[in-house]
Amino acid sequence: MSKIRIVFDRVRAEEKMLEEKAIELGHDTKMIDAKITRLSTESKRSDFDFGDVVLERCVSYFRGLHFTACLEFLDIPVINKFEVTNICGNKIVTSLMLKKHNVPTPRTYFSFSSETALENLEKVGYPMVIKPVVGSWGRGVVLLKDRDTADAIIEVRELSDGPLDRIYYLQELVKRPPRDIRVIVVGDQVVAAMYRTSSGSFKTNIALGAEPIECEITKELEDISLRASKAVGGGILGVDLMEDETRGLLVHEINSTVEFKGLSRVSKKNIPKEMIDFAVKSAIK
Amino acid sequence: MNCPECDATLKIPDDASVGEIISCPDCGSDFEIAQKNGSTCQLKHAEKVGEDWGE
Repeated sequence: MSKIRIVFDRVRAEEKMLEEKAIELGHDTKMIDAKITRLSTESKRSDFDFGDVVLERCVSYFRGLHFTACLEFLDIPVINKFEVTNICGNKIVTSLMLKKHNVPTPRTYFSFSSETALENLEKVGYPMVIKPVVGSWGRGVVLLKDRDTADAIIEVRELSDGPLDRIYYLQELVKRPPRDIRVIVVGDQVVAAMYRTSSGSFKTNIALGAEPIECEITKELEDISLRASKAVGGGILGVDLMEDETRGLLVHEINSTVEFKGLSRVSKKNIPKEMIDFAVKSAIK
Repeated sequence: MNCPECDATLKIPDDASVGEIISCPDCGSDFEIAQKNGSTCQLKHAEKVGEDWGE
């Protein structure tokens, strides 16, 4: 039996499933609300009850990332590790790590001002997809069909003036069926995969209503998903892939606080159990 | 219990846990369960969805 702690800031179905499964498996399980936890440079592990291992499940990326840094400062094993969450939360860093480790990924262009973003677009050609460097659920992902659309989106970015708004992540529009593939990797195993079919838009996020359909885990899918996971440091990850007409599978994103409510409806494996078992292996013995 | 915004009746499931979000069916306000003691809950306004929210 291990002491498993689940750090949350909003309890979703996934956190409830993990808690229920950990209890069912006989582990000492507690939920910890990151929003009401105070930590400092003077904190010691004995000041808290962070157990033998923490599953960091905050819905806010930055909150979870910084909370993980504090936990690792206290030498508590966290899933996922700070470095992994740091890479996966940033689309530019993820793309770079995938490419560096020879994992097939869409061609992606980075610009650090609106002027060079437009230059990239003019040089590479329309259509392209612009994505926020940090963000999820398909929000802020826009298909740039032409110069007029690009001008409008870039102007909005300039006006909103967030610190990441002047970093432009532009990706080729991959020629593919109207779906993508979500694979859940736990450690060195692929535990589940599903197709996410678009509900009309070019986006295929479950959060936007895409329909989950079970996907066969082929050797090719398993191999590329494990390589993608390894490229970002491994752990419990959601690897997103597209099926390019000519190049085959391309990994376009990796999620470090993976949601699996949709996938658990179609998966043969018990996803929360796989996650808890993996956490136990990482726990302080 | 009643919605802190519009006073409508809020139905909170017995198995709801701290950290879960309850939406008022009348005014649409979202509340987070801050504390739970048996059938008594303490609610606080839920955080707005942030730019960095997601997976």
